Amino acid sequence: MTARTVLQQADITRALTRISHEILESAKGSTDLVLLGIPTRGVILAERIAAILNEIEPGCARAGALDVTMYRDDLSRNPTRTPSPTQIPDGGIDGTTVVLVDDVLYSGRTIRSALDAINDIGRPRVVRLAALVDRGHRELPIRADFVGKNLPSSTEERINVRLAEIDGLDEVTIE
Amino acid sequence: MSTYVITGASLPDGTTTDLFVSGGVFVDAAPSGARTIDAAGLTALPGLVDLHTHLREPGFEQSETVLTGSRAAAIGGFTAVFAMANTSPVSDTAGVVEQVKALGDQHGYVTVRPIGAVTVGLDGQRLSEIGAMAQSRAQVRVFSDDGKCVSDALLMRRALEYVKTFGGVIAQHSQEPRLTENAQMNEGALSGELGLAGWPAVAEEAIIARDVLLAQHVGARLHVCHVSTAGSVDVIRWAKARGIDVTAEVTPHHLLLTEQLASGYDARFKVNPPLRRDEDVLALREALADGTVDIVATDHAPHPLEAKECAWDEAAFGMVGLESALRVVQASVVDTGLLTFSDVARVLSTKPAEIGLLAGYSTPFAAGSPANLTLYDAAARTVFATEHLHGKSVNSPYLGRELPGRVIATLHQGRPTVLDGALLEPQEVARG
Amino acid sequence: MRHLLSTKDLSRDEAIAILDLAEDMAQAQTREVKKLPALRGKTIVNLFFEDSTRTKTSFEAAAKRLSADVINFSAKGSSVSKGESLKDTAQTLAAIGADGVVIRHHSSGAPRVLATSGWIDAGVVNAGDGTHEHPTQGLLDAFTMRKRLHGEASRGKALDGVTVTIVGDILHSRVARSNVWLLSTLGAEVSLVAPGTLLPVGVETWPVTVGYDLDAAIAAKPQVLMMLRIQSERMNAAFFPNAREYSRQWGFDDERLARLPEDSLVMHPGPMNRGLEISSGAADSARSTIIEQVANGVSIRMAVLYLLLTGGAA
Repeated sequence: MTARTVLQQADITRALTRISHEILESAKGSTDLVLLGIPTRGVILAERIAAILNEIEPGCARAGALDVTMYRDDLSRNPTRTPSPTQIPDGGIDGTTVVLVDDVLYSGRTIRSALDAINDIGRPRVVRLAALVDRGHRELPIRADFVGKNLPSSTEERINVRLAEIDGLDEVTIE
Repeated sequence: MSTYVITGASLPDGTTTDLFVSGGVFVDAAPSGARTIDAAGLTALPGLVDLHTHLREPGFEQSETVLTGSRAAAIGGFTAVFAMANTSPVSDTAGVVEQVKALGDQHGYVTVRPIGAVTVGLDGQRLSEIGAMAQSRAQVRVFSDDGKCVSDALLMRRALEYVKTFGGVIAQHSQEPRLTENAQMNEGALSGELGLAGWPAVAEEAIIARDVLLAQHVGARLHVCHVSTAGSVDVIRWAKARGIDVTAEVTPHHLLLTEQLASGYDARFKVNPPLRRDEDVLALREALADGTVDIVATDHAPHPLEAKECAWDEAAFGMVGLESALRVVQASVVDTGLLTFSDVARVLSTKPAEIGLLAGYSTPFAAGSPANLTLYDAAARTVFATEHLHGKSVNSPYLGRELPGRVIATLHQGRPTVLDGALLEPQEVARG
Repeated sequence: MRHLLSTKDLSRDEAIAILDLAEDMAQAQTREVKKLPALRGKTIVNLFFEDSTRTKTSFEAAAKRLSADVINFSAKGSSVSKGESLKDTAQTLAAIGADGVVIRHHSSGAPRVLATSGWIDAGVVNAGDGTHEHPTQGLLDAFTMRKRLHGEASRGKALDGVTVTIVGDILHSRVARSNVWLLSTLGAEVSLVAPGTLLPVGVETWPVTVGYDLDAAIAAKPQVLMMLRIQSERMNAAFFPNAREYSRQWGFDDERLARLPEDSLVMHPGPMNRGLEISSGAADSARSTIIEQVANGVSIRMAVLYLLLTGGAA
């Protein structure tokens, strides 16, 4: 199985820029955007998107991390997972526009867990979902509001997202 | 009458010979109509004598009875056992010891010699009716409060003086009670780590030191039960060098096992005196080889399952040992080159009989001597399992451990109790 | 992790992982909804053969904050006090369907016997066994030290080079043992101070330095001073002459508090004998971590329960 590159660095940058503009547009001028990334790579994407948003409209966005390990529905079925830190930006999420950010949207279970986690932390005004890649095969009624790229795939294929901050380069491959 | 020809047996001295049994004794020539027992490749040992066994009857029949204990002894190659006095009622009167002896005779697997308690009820307060027990049908010569120590120095002195008059012997369980209150295992770095109260070696050594000096002072004979430390060996060696009349025994488990086995809190390894260090095991093996320790005695101590399947400090002390004794002795001191089978015959038969004043074991295999013998396959090797246990209890520390040897046949006063590696049924063995 | 029976068995990485996980648990306690659903549907039994309010309620709080169901079983007034064995009690619990058992027992080794017996399938947490170990106490003490020393930057850190002095009845203390193994695994330098009668035989083989003089130990400016409780039974068993002599020689009073560096921590696993091994002034001072040790205990126990009860076959 050879890996095929579907997104290169420039493609990813363009996608994130477009997503950022879409977020701003749908926010209709509100300046209380909280980008919560799902560890690990979702956190990086959330920071990048927040940076782009703040360049366009300074001070409108804050970034953080939302670990969903404790809310997963498969804790007893798989080996014990180590959670990552959750970092809610100062000011909390009550009444804000929360945008969940993840690198790949697949079955939707991670996002379901994230919604439960958000529920225990506070009460946002509205929750949206941004994903760099949507590869289909949803097992729950979940959909993304902002998508970098739709990548129809078979369940036998693997989608790898690499980001410079962790992996040294930006790319999305499928194999 | 039962007559047997035992062919091709290897005697302890190494020679191979045929042995002939008739009318309960060894004879010089093959009797007519004799049944043949093929002993090719087997070592013939004189019937083993255990100077320290707990038969538990009367009073604790859920753990063992004279019958089941006798059977365990027979499959271990024993033809005589001395039964300790911590029964219920305690064996401190003529009546109880005569009962125990009678049961042994009735079942017939081994000769049972009851041991009499030194003090009434094992209370350590007053001497028991030692004279009455000595003169009873049980003819008690060995007296012990085993399980407990005769810790009062004055009482120990009186006991030694008392039995001196008829050649009896006090067998002391050496344990200073004040130093071992609630003790659980050997005192050392491991006990400190495991959080189990320690049983310091000095609690044994100090009593032995006192007792040998008392024995010297009153001119009496002393026997030290289950010696467990290198320090105790040193004290006994010193005493013997001064001509003090002291004998000592070591258990098979103290020749093989160490305190490390307590690390998992498995109470099968809980015993009194406790398992000690490697240095102690080595010192005891050497002491057995050089005669400082005279004999091996099992301290066979049966306990029911619930007394061992619990937290360590709730568990009872003790291990069964009759069935495994000869095998453990082989593994620990014969296969390691310290003792020959000739030595084994001495430490497991001749000498214990001598200490306990048990007749019939001083000239093994000689014509006219009672035909007590066991045929042993030293080349066998099996993993010790519950199928090798024939008493009522299964609290053995050797389960799952590979041990050499197998008893193939045992004859008690010319009558077989074990043949082809299997016990004979009680009906076949019992005398009327 | 299948069972937590001792800190001796924990590697450095495992120990740090538990402390880091406790950070996450502590953080969840600051939310509006303090509960996490991670152990929803699991049943945890508190099997306490020894009286204990603080440890038992701490485990109960931890279990409930992870949404587990808790069943409390105490020896007093139960079938255990009527002579039911550990084995039968365990099998009753298995029949009820316990996923985890938190056991405190007066016999050293009882948790290990329970865990290795095959009588139950559940994960076993040792909440204190005889004089052997109290691993969650050791972990919460280490967590407390780490948090005070490194604050928000605690994640991933051990306790390398931190000087800790433990004072008191080492011989009978399971807290001391758990702390000694764990702290030395985490790189701390541990010293013990006690009267000669309250040190275990073989303590010279432990990874510690041993002294008998509390004033000398304080003069060495330890970063952490941990006082252990003196039990009244010891006073009647010839371990030391009387309470007054003990307090004078090894009690941490206000005068000794004044000689301890300002930034050193004063710790005590509780419950305290105010005026005996520790003065009220010392217990209530700013250097004292006694109250936060309790809060940290819940976070640590949440971390431990999470590790034991999640993670089935892959």
